[in-house]
Amino acid sequence: MALQSLDIRRRSATTTPAPMVRDGATPDVAKLIDTTKCIGCKACQAACMEWNDLRDDIGKNTGVYDNPLDLSGQSWTVMRFAEYENEKGDLEWLIRKDGCMHCEDPGCLKACPAPGAIVQYANGIVDFHEENCIGCGYCIAGCPFNVPRISKKDQKAYKCTLCSDRVAVGLEPACVKTCPTGAITFGTKERMQSDAAERVEQLKTRGFANAGLYDPAGVGGTHVMYVLHHADRPGLYSGLPADPKVSPLVRVWKGATKPLALGALVLAAVFGFVNYVRTGPKEVEPEDELAAQREKEQIHG
Amino acid sequence: MTNHWVDIKNADLVLIMGGNAAECHPCGYKWVEEAKAHRKAKLIVVDPRFTRSAAMADLYVPIRAGTDIAFLGGVMNYLLANDAIHHDYVANYTDFSFIVREDFAFNEGLYSGYDPAKHKYDKSSWDYERGEDGFVKADPTLQHPRCVYNLLKQHYSRYTPELVEKICGSPKDKFLEACKLIAATSSPTSAMTIMYALGWTQHSIGSQIIRAGAMLQLLLGNIGVAGGGMNALRGHSNIQGLTDLGLMSNLLTGYLTLPNQAEQDYATYLTPRAQKPLRPNQMSYWQNYGRFYVSLMKAWWGNAATAENSWCYDYLPKLDKTYDMLQVYELMGSGKMNGYICQGFNPIASSPHKAKMTASFSKLKFLVVMDPLATETAEFWNHYDEYNEVDPSTIETEVFRLPTSCFAEEDGALVSSGRWLQWHWKGAEPPGEAKTDIEIMAALYMRLRDLYKAEGGAFPDPIVNLAWPYARPGHPTAEELAKEYSGKALADVMDPKDPTKVIRKAGEQLAGFAELRDDGSTSCGCWIYSGAWSEAGNLMARRDNSDPSGIGQTRNWAWAWPANRRVLYNRASCDVNGKPFNPALKLISWNGKTWGGVDVPDFKADEDPAGGMGPFIMTPEGVARFFARGGMSDGPFPEHYEPFETPLGYNPLWGKGKGQVQNPAARIFDDDRKALGQADAFPHVATTYRLTEHFHFWTKHVRIAAILQPQQFVEIGEALAKEIGVKAGDNVKVSSKRGQIKAVAVVTKRIKPLTIDGRTVHTVGVPIHWGFKGVARAGYLANTLTPFVGDANTQTPEFKAFLVKVERA
Repeated sequence: MALQSLDIRRRSATTTPAPMVRDGATPDVAKLIDTTKCIGCKACQAACMEWNDLRDDIGKNTGVYDNPLDLSGQSWTVMRFAEYENEKGDLEWLIRKDGCMHCEDPGCLKACPAPGAIVQYANGIVDFHEENCIGCGYCIAGCPFNVPRISKKDQKAYKCTLCSDRVAVGLEPACVKTCPTGAITFGTKERMQSDAAERVEQLKTRGFANAGLYDPAGVGGTHVMYVLHHADRPGLYSGLPADPKVSPLVRVWKGATKPLALGALVLAAVFGFVNYVRTGPKEVEPEDELAAQREKEQIHG
Repeated sequence: MTNHWVDIKNADLVLIMGGNAAECHPCGYKWVEEAKAHRKAKLIVVDPRFTRSAAMADLYVPIRAGTDIAFLGGVMNYLLANDAIHHDYVANYTDFSFIVREDFAFNEGLYSGYDPAKHKYDKSSWDYERGEDGFVKADPTLQHPRCVYNLLKQHYSRYTPELVEKICGSPKDKFLEACKLIAATSSPTSAMTIMYALGWTQHSIGSQIIRAGAMLQLLLGNIGVAGGGMNALRGHSNIQGLTDLGLMSNLLTGYLTLPNQAEQDYATYLTPRAQKPLRPNQMSYWQNYGRFYVSLMKAWWGNAATAENSWCYDYLPKLDKTYDMLQVYELMGSGKMNGYICQGFNPIASSPHKAKMTASFSKLKFLVVMDPLATETAEFWNHYDEYNEVDPSTIETEVFRLPTSCFAEEDGALVSSGRWLQWHWKGAEPPGEAKTDIEIMAALYMRLRDLYKAEGGAFPDPIVNLAWPYARPGHPTAEELAKEYSGKALADVMDPKDPTKVIRKAGEQLAGFAELRDDGSTSCGCWIYSGAWSEAGNLMARRDNSDPSGIGQTRNWAWAWPANRRVLYNRASCDVNGKPFNPALKLISWNGKTWGGVDVPDFKADEDPAGGMGPFIMTPEGVARFFARGGMSDGPFPEHYEPFETPLGYNPLWGKGKGQVQNPAARIFDDDRKALGQADAFPHVATTYRLTEHFHFWTKHVRIAAILQPQQFVEIGEALAKEIGVKAGDNVKVSSKRGQIKAVAVVTKRIKPLTIDGRTVHTVGVPIHWGFKGVARAGYLANTLTPFVGDANTQTPEFKAFLVKVERA
């Protein structure tokens, strides 16, 4: 996956500077997922499997609509279904297409010790080049959205490419092309932001006072964005993080050596434990409850 | 659909009820999102389950399965009581003012004329009074106590919001919120569309539920207008084409009907079908029935069809009864049907009461299955663990499997829900020895014909005389068949206004059904498709999506029946003077000389509105009917009856031990009555349905679809789960009087217990997609559970409301 037509802006574990000649020629791209238009039909999952030649195992039903139950080396996007009873007592079925958010400031790339295993193109797409992947799993630790997965087949990390191969030849990602309701759109990030703003205004007139765009600043914004009915509580959407950040430990790791990073991970665990002991368990918010419920179900499955 | 998919974007309000468009028609559903985004349309979803459609709704109202007439009757009562009706429309375009016969009556749930021994009505009293001129009597002041308006008002005055809540379990405040939104579309410039599907059809009262929906739309003036209509979402890609082409046991093509036994000669057959107008200056378009019939018979039997033999009238079977699928399997089970050809159909999976089906199929001497897939029907005799527990050694049925191509491996037209005939081209060759259905049917036919030619028989004429004009007799092409159903002139066709003028030369393709004749000079296999392949070529293959109308009419995209008309009854979008009620969404109008606009007028093109011709040109009245007359088997007004398996055991309209509980004219055989369960043993209300991830019983053979929804499950609410001690992911047993299945429990907030007349009723959702063939995990056929009961008019099985018991497996 060389993708010569796209300049690489960043490359994991690499110190040589990025090419500059065409600097600014490529606009940032973004995929906009409008959860308020999403019917959870999973056509995007099917299109992803088709285009990327992925076939996960035929799994089981674990008591929910989600299938496959989680992201995997063979499933780069999954729909997550959450049932939420709002203040009025009315039910909302909040359905979110989960997958790589293509962070502007990608924690996975920063955490990755394998030169060239993770790249970010000039248009903002974050891509894994598995031929360089050593299977260490640091990208998973570095990801604030818990997206990459190590394949059991080849011990390499996989995730959504934002169909970088399609985008490189002027096509929209496969999920965008297939979405029957127009819930997934693709274009320049600027255009997607303005489309989202228009939609958010509409939603506010339809009774969703807290509708908004999810483009979290903690990771420099994302190249996959959501329109949410409840942008004030992203956690309602199967645990979408409210304020994702690249872990400071990953920031420290950048440029350092592997043993140090391992030490950092240990430190993180220790820090977490100490923090727990000192401050006790975190107060449980309803969204946390939902997320925990989901996690439980996943473990259950 | 009276309208079409794209037109849904013109709606101000969308009611999805008896269907689940977002789930089962996701590509068409997008037009609802367009209406929401660009017209600020609201979406109401009424369903026993909070579905994917409900997830998109502005208002979701829960309802008990099978009580839709109570709900819709309640809405009609609200509209009538609050005078939220489109007055100009109902006064001029419906039978509001017509006077009904004095002997018509309705008592405790039964209409006049019921024969309890036959479970049938004598419908003669269900009619209008006639004047001395032979026309229907009317009272335009609407004062007459027996005018349709007053009978309607009286009938639905019983359906109060309180009663709706009592029967349906729909909370009164939600019901009234829906009523308010619906009432707003009685404005001439506002339209509601109704999107429904098998959630309305598959009940013992299915046809009447749909009628109730149509009546609601008529009250609001929402039929014939852009953004309105009664829009049936068809469940298979070509099921619309199936009914259009007459693949029902009682139909010919284009909704012509087969004769019944009493109609032994052509004149007796034709007269009641070619009705004279019931009101002055009405079109009563079915007066042309003879043209459609003769042209059809010329297409089928060519030169053998002559005026002397009434165009081969004797070739047509004369029905002694309806041979619907329930009847057919009943005959099979009683040993009266020994062979069965099953084409593109998986009846063991798709028909109710699997045990009865298996027993019936086991009595066949031979079964031919034409299908691209190894279906459950083809394997009904084979043991598959607990999913198909049969003993093959006891079944003697010989099964022949003839592998066919699938839709993507052949050319032809598919008819969408919106009546568009869209030509498609094959994407691949069929694999292996698979042949197209046409090739197989042609080969079967030619061998049968040769046998009849060689050996004769009781009546070989219809077989040996069948016209078979195809260039390669063993391989009729889709093009040849399309030209045949569209029709051609066999002799020069003359202008009726100027008999010296030829309007269509012999041998040419016809431009449309206006050119059909009843003298044998035209041939047309399906009159409503006439013009689909004209001298201009294959209009179904058009792919011009330009939209000068600005409202999605795209008249050069494919071809819509009839006559490329996109919105049926569009004359009703204009007032009596021919001016559009809503100029912003104008379909057609009268310009002083002719009718025209962005649609093909559903009216006589040069008929001055001053003449008073009604917009519903297919009825002899010229107007739409609230009072169905004899058009329905089970009553002129829809009435709430309980499902055959009722959780109550009585009809709350009348109370315990009183009134008619179930549809008195529904299709049920005596042995099937014994197989009905009662609420004491089977307390939970079940309903079957489809999921987005699968299509019927096909896609479990497809790996990707199997990955997306791998394993059989049933959906139950949290309260029921708690009651029976089950949590999400546990296995449950679901049993009915007819059998049991086991499946994973999806425990959800989306199904809530309903309070019905003071008692708690739980709903159980049973998706249908699993079976014992395919790549998805093996499962039970959902129709193991369903009752062998059908609608009174269509005989469609009651898949949507029956009783089960759910327990921990």
